[in-house]
Amino acid sequence: MNKPVRKKAPAGVSYFNQKAMTAPYLFWSAAFIIIPLCMIFYYGLTDRSGAFTLENILAIASPEHAKALWLSILLSIISTLVCLVLAYPLAMILTAKNVSHQSFIVLIFILPMWMNFLLRTLAWQTLLEKTGVINSILSFLHLPSLDIINTPYAIVLGMVYNFLPFMVLPLYNSLTKIDPSVVNAARDLGANGVQTFCRVIFPLSIPGVISGITMVFVPALTTFVISNLLGGSKILLIGNVIEQEFTQASNWHLGSGLSIVLMVFILINMVLTAIFDKKGEGTAL
Amino acid sequence: MSTRLIDLVHITKSYDDNTVLDDMNLYIRENEFLTLLGPSGCGKTTTLRIIGGFEKPDQGTVLFNGQDITNLPPNKRQLNTVFQKYALFPHMTIAENIAFGLKIRNKSKAYINDKIKYALKLVNLDGYENRMPDSLSGGQQQRIAIARAIVNEPKLLLLDEPLGALDLKLRQDMQYELIRLKNELGITFIYVTHDQEEALTMSDTIVVMNQGYIQQIGTPEKIYNEPENAFVADFIGDSNIIDSIMVRDELVEILGAKFACVDKGFGTNRPVDVVIRPEDVDLVKPEEGTLQGVVTHLIFKGVHYEMEVTANGFEWLVHSTDMFPVGTKVGIRVDPYDIQIMNKPSSEDEEAVGINE
Repeated sequence: MNKPVRKKAPAGVSYFNQKAMTAPYLFWSAAFIIIPLCMIFYYGLTDRSGAFTLENILAIASPEHAKALWLSILLSIISTLVCLVLAYPLAMILTAKNVSHQSFIVLIFILPMWMNFLLRTLAWQTLLEKTGVINSILSFLHLPSLDIINTPYAIVLGMVYNFLPFMVLPLYNSLTKIDPSVVNAARDLGANGVQTFCRVIFPLSIPGVISGITMVFVPALTTFVISNLLGGSKILLIGNVIEQEFTQASNWHLGSGLSIVLMVFILINMVLTAIFDKKGEGTAL
Repeated sequence: MSTRLIDLVHITKSYDDNTVLDDMNLYIRENEFLTLLGPSGCGKTTTLRIIGGFEKPDQGTVLFNGQDITNLPPNKRQLNTVFQKYALFPHMTIAENIAFGLKIRNKSKAYINDKIKYALKLVNLDGYENRMPDSLSGGQQQRIAIARAIVNEPKLLLLDEPLGALDLKLRQDMQYELIRLKNELGITFIYVTHDQEEALTMSDTIVVMNQGYIQQIGTPEKIYNEPENAFVADFIGDSNIIDSIMVRDELVEILGAKFACVDKGFGTNRPVDVVIRPEDVDLVKPEEGTLQGVVTHLIFKGVHYEMEVTANGFEWLVHSTDMFPVGTKVGIRVDPYDIQIMNKPSSEDEEAVGINE
């Protein structure tokens, strides 16, 4: 057997140092990731006079901010769980289908993502309104009306709707990587359907689960558009609070301080998931 | 005659329009090492999957100890499978892999630990309990897959080309290991392979299959020495298959020359196929041979020389420890009992004969 030989760069390319090839990416991350991040830290740790302060960070402890953060975390966790519960069976069905059907179903799931995020959420607003489409149909059928617009339920609905594909895809990805003969082996060794799922399929899909949780939880925690449109102005999530500090109160310092706190929570989420993913199987996608 | 463990009765299976198995009948005796042998696509793996419960036949029944198990799911069958690609659980240690079937059946911890130790010893991998499958070589993984199957004490072990992914040396070692395991455990083995040498080495019984039909069932010696048709003769080992005419009982005309043989009952002046193994062709002085020819190719193969001799328009494949240089005029002689006469297939369909034994 031939041993794989590490390919050398073609002669023309060897002019460039391989490190030089990463320059565009380094520039990109410096300009649009590192510098903005530094600025957030600068604003978050200073007051309007430019003096160092922890006040902006500690402001999270104030009742209204703490309440918004708590509600954000709660709704994000609920949305993530709902996404997981909805996405897992779907991903399993997808995996069981033959390839031509697979791509069709995946397309159906991706299709809404081709539409503008704002537009999709606005559509839900119209659907859920007190005199909206859903309630018109319900009243036509003499059924009790659905009053969830401007409640946390509507926000969870919006989050699940918008972020579900981010859960389906990594799950689908990790499920298709499971060798069908491993599943057959479990059946062969006496495991029934439930045992096969609990002992083999689910443990092997953990990387996808982790990846899906992160990809739903993080945007759900930081969103302010969904809560703006579907929660009315009554329900403030931490995303809305931060947005208002920037756009309405023009207090960049407080907005940045709260952003840093939010970042810490996202980091905690990532550390937790990394611990669950202890075998270092990496994340799908 | 020992008892029948598995009975396949009129099994038919097709995928879309492609018939993989056509009215197959086969039984497997207890404690037998039976090999399903054939080229890819001959239906051997499908047969195994039907016995294992991973496929349902379109028609026919599978009997296990006389009981109909056709519709039983794999987890309810008293048999275990060793898969082609090992199929170890990648997220479990070796010990957890081996314990899988035992834990499902709620065996005690002490029993499971004993069994793990016993099984690892049996496959010569003591001390591997806490390794992960991907840290093992292919041969080791395959042995763990076997250990994982046999701790459940199945009556029947199905092996789906288990050595296919291993290199030659390892494959030969594993063949001996499998024979040893079979003798130690007294389990019935059904082995699927396309490797005729593997089949000849290990089996008690070989079932040669082609295009969904059983071509011949028999001991390795019988399959090799007395192939029933040209397909079997060609698939098992090298052979000279020659159009001939059966003049009368015990006399056959091959390429215009009359050879004495031992077969009877083919009638008179009937066209037949004759199989002569290359090692059964004796090269002698031209005047002593039944046929005269010229050596056209010569290759040294280690144990013997491989020669091609053109005689009366046919290229004979000859294996001999005597060497005849290219261009030598030689005589060809074949002992009567080395000539195997086969009926010619009378139609396309019969080219793949279904045999109900």
